[in-house]
Amino acid sequence: MTAPPITETRVITARIHERPDDSWTIGAALTTGAYDTLRQVLATGDASAVQEQVKLSGLRGRGGAGFPAAQKWSFLPAGSYPRYLVVNGDEGEPSTFKDRMLVERDPHQLVEGIAISSYAIGCNKAFVYLRGEFALGYERLTQAIADARGQGFLGDNVLSSGFDLDIVVHRGAGAYICGEETALLESLEGERGMPRIRPPFPAIAGLYAKPTVVNNVETISTVPHIMRMGGEAYAKLGVNRSTGTRLFSVSGHVNRPGNYEVELGVTFRQLIDDLCGGVREGRGIKFFIPGGASSQWLTGSDEHLDAPLDMDYVQQTFGVMLGSGAVMVFDETTDPLLVAWRLCKFFAHESCGKCTPCREGTGWIEMVLYRMLHGQGRPEDLDLLLDVGDNICPGLNAPFSQTTICPLGPSAVSPVVSLHKLFRDEVLAACGAGSRAGVTG
Amino acid sequence: MSASYFSDANLLRAKEILARYPRPKSAILPLAHLAQDQDGWLSCEAMMEISRLVGVTPAEVQGTTSFYTMFKREPCGRLLVSVCTNVSCLVTGGPEVLDHLRSRYASDADVTVEEVECLAACGGAPSMQVNYEYHERLTPESAESLVEEYRAGRRTPRTISGSKAAG
Repeated sequence: MTAPPITETRVITARIHERPDDSWTIGAALTTGAYDTLRQVLATGDASAVQEQVKLSGLRGRGGAGFPAAQKWSFLPAGSYPRYLVVNGDEGEPSTFKDRMLVERDPHQLVEGIAISSYAIGCNKAFVYLRGEFALGYERLTQAIADARGQGFLGDNVLSSGFDLDIVVHRGAGAYICGEETALLESLEGERGMPRIRPPFPAIAGLYAKPTVVNNVETISTVPHIMRMGGEAYAKLGVNRSTGTRLFSVSGHVNRPGNYEVELGVTFRQLIDDLCGGVREGRGIKFFIPGGASSQWLTGSDEHLDAPLDMDYVQQTFGVMLGSGAVMVFDETTDPLLVAWRLCKFFAHESCGKCTPCREGTGWIEMVLYRMLHGQGRPEDLDLLLDVGDNICPGLNAPFSQTTICPLGPSAVSPVVSLHKLFRDEVLAACGAGSRAGVTG
Repeated sequence: MSASYFSDANLLRAKEILARYPRPKSAILPLAHLAQDQDGWLSCEAMMEISRLVGVTPAEVQGTTSFYTMFKREPCGRLLVSVCTNVSCLVTGGPEVLDHLRSRYASDADVTVEEVECLAACGGAPSMQVNYEYHERLTPESAESLVEEYRAGRRTPRTISGSKAAG
């Protein structure tokens, strides 16, 4: 018996679907309940209640690492001010496109989330670091902030509560590494976007060396709903420690690529078949990347396709991650070596150059994959790549161990390990057999 | 002392930008975007002016800005066409779009074609931006038609840094 097809569970995408033509405007936002929750939160006058509800909700960061949001907030040292909330909108993980949608299509949800979260942690100046290429998102978010200020939801003495809040939108300028939270803070301070050594963690010494919380756009956009529903009710959505809903950006060879909001716990097969209409031309899935370019890969086997979207389950069972929620699907005509090379070319390009294993290693990985892809591979090349990878990410496991400050270097090793685990024979045959056929599309 | 690099209107904007930040150095990126809005690229004169406004050395401004690919350190075309070839676009025809536009505009000073990393538009792959305006589900032919629409004035391009064109 087959289960009935799943549908989306629209919490943070409700307004986007309800008002497809003007969801980003203050008018549409106000008629669909925006800022009602902020008003209620400020009326109770209890910031710690917000922290408590977010803790009860089990909300984990939606940027990639999946760290519990309330716990991150709790690391702020008592009595130390000013402190900053920095929203990470530097979405650049290949094939992730959820935050762009949230900023472009529902900026008021984000602004309300920032206001509630800032109130919870005692922040009076919040920053949104927005990817530089998001020109429309910048325009709409800036407008939303101006309109919210006009309505008294931002500025001095918000809704006569005595709480002050100012939000600054800061545009990046084309550097993937600035999605890493300490590189982001460097960039926001006007420096090259190079990660900082921790400790000190941002909660202790972050932006301008002040206590700072860095949260992803989707994480913050979820906060108003947690306060509206109640933390316990929100935690009833989802599965195990993966509570709530998440946006999955599905792309590649599916019939209906796009962003889908689902309850955590549905399977990859349900996401790909029920919501995305399966693979183009009825083909089979050769492999898919379950959580952004940094994750290791899974295949089209039943075991992998029927795995639940549960952050801990996929990590413990398969050594992969849900990461940023980007699911890339590749059909049976795809050359895995081509995909691996392109991803590693990306990481080599985006390496900031601070740590030697990453600066040198990502470049060599890309070059060796390039020669393998172009018929110049040697039988020992795959093991050579694993050896280079082991110098960046000792043990080649996920979650990463690393000889680098940040996870960019280890991320470049994921495609190599995936080739080794899933396609070793195919890759070795290609390297032994001389020239390969060209690029597939 | 020479006159300001920035126009009067942009100098006011620059001061408003500086006032947003607890520390002036944070304004380097937004001021560099402002310079590109004005002139279409980030010149030495622009970086000198930014260094004066921020209160750091010109070398520090260059040190920071040279890290970021959106800052163009030489003049480019009036239209900046950024074509994604990262994996979702790779397997749906992005490289073909890039090759076609590159050869089509190879000797056209008005149009600069660049290959870029993931633009977060994978649901509409293959995708590109023209002066940071998104265009999705492209073919080589539709991509060229779009660029031609900008050239013919049927679409209004944003600035080289992606801001709405003034006026």
